[in-house]
Amino acid sequence: MKWHAIFEKNVIVLLVGILVTIAIGGIVEIVPLYTIESTVERVKGVRPYSPLELAGRNIYIREGCYVCHSQMIRALRDEVERYGPYSLAAESMYDHPFQWGSKRTGPDLARVGGKYSNEWHALHMADPRSVVPESIMPGYSFLAEWDLGYEDIAAHLETNRTVGVPYSDEMIENAAADLAAQADPDADTEGLLARYPNAAISDFDGDTGRLTELDALIAYLQILGRMVDFTDVTAEDLKQ
Amino acid sequence: MTTAAMTADHAAARGAVDYDEGVVRLFTIATVFWGVVGFLVGVVIALQLAFPVLNLDLPWTSFGRLRPVHTSAVIFAFGGNALLGTSLYVVQRTCKASLFGGPGLARFLFWGYQVFIVLAASGYVLGITQSKEYAEPEWYVDLWLTLVWVVYLIVFMGTIMRRREPHIYVANWFYLAFIVTVALLHIVNNLAVPVSFGGAKSYILWSGVQDALTQWWYAHNAVGFFLTAGFLGMMYYFVPKQAERPIYSYRLSVVHFWSLIFLYIWAGPHHLHYTALPEWAQILGMTFSIMLWMPSWGGMINGLMTLSGAWHKLRTDPILRMLVAALGFYGMSTFEGPVMSIRAVNSLSHYTDWTIGHVHSGALGWVAMVSFGAVYYLVPRLWHRERLYSVRFVSYHFWISTVGIVLYITSMWVSGILQGLMWRAYDELGFLQYSFVETVEAMHPFYVIRAGGGLLFFLGSLLMVYNLWRTARGDLRDEKPYVAPVGAAQPAE
Repeated sequence: MKWHAIFEKNVIVLLVGILVTIAIGGIVEIVPLYTIESTVERVKGVRPYSPLELAGRNIYIREGCYVCHSQMIRALRDEVERYGPYSLAAESMYDHPFQWGSKRTGPDLARVGGKYSNEWHALHMADPRSVVPESIMPGYSFLAEWDLGYEDIAAHLETNRTVGVPYSDEMIENAAADLAAQADPDADTEGLLARYPNAAISDFDGDTGRLTELDALIAYLQILGRMVDFTDVTAEDLKQ
Repeated sequence: MTTAAMTADHAAARGAVDYDEGVVRLFTIATVFWGVVGFLVGVVIALQLAFPVLNLDLPWTSFGRLRPVHTSAVIFAFGGNALLGTSLYVVQRTCKASLFGGPGLARFLFWGYQVFIVLAASGYVLGITQSKEYAEPEWYVDLWLTLVWVVYLIVFMGTIMRRREPHIYVANWFYLAFIVTVALLHIVNNLAVPVSFGGAKSYILWSGVQDALTQWWYAHNAVGFFLTAGFLGMMYYFVPKQAERPIYSYRLSVVHFWSLIFLYIWAGPHHLHYTALPEWAQILGMTFSIMLWMPSWGGMINGLMTLSGAWHKLRTDPILRMLVAALGFYGMSTFEGPVMSIRAVNSLSHYTDWTIGHVHSGALGWVAMVSFGAVYYLVPRLWHRERLYSVRFVSYHFWISTVGIVLYITSMWVSGILQGLMWRAYDELGFLQYSFVETVEAMHPFYVIRAGGGLLFFLGSLLMVYNLWRTARGDLRDEKPYVAPVGAAQPAE
């Protein structure tokens, strides 16, 4: 194979040849996901996470929940019957990074929001086998003991804005106050709900007077799958 | 020139090259050390799935944090050190040149890479993770690895540029493709904005569906270029060396090299079948994954056929047996992969243990076995010993590991297919037959068997450590050598 000699005798030519060869596939597959507008469906309701939900999401990531739980209901009959409407690209458009997962050692969580009470979640986190005897999930009792650190929550919102999440100035200014208000049923939550419609407001972990990591995690779990109202979504909206 | 003069000339030329074997020794030790650590953590987390009480309910010991420790330890620490070490050995020998940059740069590469491993693993245990599978380290670790990797590219390419051979040997094409592609994948997939420069947390630049495809473009090609192209580079040196036969086909190596690296990069979307990724991308990913079967087998065939005329050595040489078994597992898992990438099959296999079994038939069977073979080849040469402490121990290691692998992958096939079928089972009234947790309960016996298989694999690696340690010390075990049976037919050369 004489034509190949040039690649075998000049390492720069070999390097360039490799780079060109491997670049093609990635460009053809990834670039259109940004240029084809219909990649992300046009549904209403998807909003940035509230500060408490975002803090909870970061705990979800920290503990590696994605290792065993997917957040992606596939367009298959049994999955839709088990978990609810199949997941839309729009529903994770503010997820940096995505949490679709790749393994279901535990069930899918894309629509777990509202399925169980806050009390159930608190018990389940402390000792999963107390509510589901066959469960093989680790216990996370320490979450209820650890205070939630959120001094820098505004910086988290701001960084999200840098990478493309539409947090407004108002949201960033009120970040810490909104975070505390969401876990306090007695707080004035009018502004919070205007900024983050549908946010669950409760003393999630049942430990009044303390804001723990468990509060944040449950707040996150309770919004999953609840942003889009599927009763007024049309087939036209979903065309990719 | 007379033959004698040529030989003398040759020897002089070779003698003049001051190969850096010290850094290869360091990488070899690190390979074995991290291998044992990675296998052990694997056994622990396998047991946690069978017996959840072993999670201890502590943050630092729960499955979610230890699983990335296992995957990173085996892929990047064990596999990575094996790739870096063998590539630096192979590039020097096949180029007849010492390492570019000298021992100093090579030592920086070694220690820099170990720092990366320790930073990554300690971060996971403390809960510092990006949550991108096989790319979990946070931004500061990613930056450090980028620097180390650039040094690696410079050392490797610089050495090729100083070569005293007219041609770049095929093993080096694969190593180079591995180094360059991993650099590109690593940078694009990890682009992130840190919340503050004093903190670990960052937010990735991509989101949702675009992030999903970027991630699996990365992760599938971590398999394709880290665990395949790199290890094929290893195969292309150590199989012909150990078999003492030239590579079967030059033409096949050219064809399968370019087709392999061209096709692999497209395969990522097969991790996202039936998801919110647009269907055109899924179909494209599936199509290229199926095509990938051929160049993958091109590598297997080229390796196996290299044994033409040397098959009888499998009786007496357990190192060669390991290398050949690795090629067998490589062929098997690169057939299974395209099958699983078919959407209809994937609808059943995805999210189940079948994927885990598939990965391990490649990781244990191919990656680990070919690395063990290379390490057994290298250690007596690097420590200048006559032979390994015990050749019989290599054979025992081979059989213990192989039985472990078989237990692992068969139990995961059964549990994966069983769970996939249970999820989609309907009763006669048209309702889903099983609740989710019933399918979890059904996995228990297979999780126990899998942990047993993993334990065997781990024990085999301990036998290897003992054998290598005694070899390095210069000990020879008093044992009966393997000899071909008297009168065994010798094949025609």
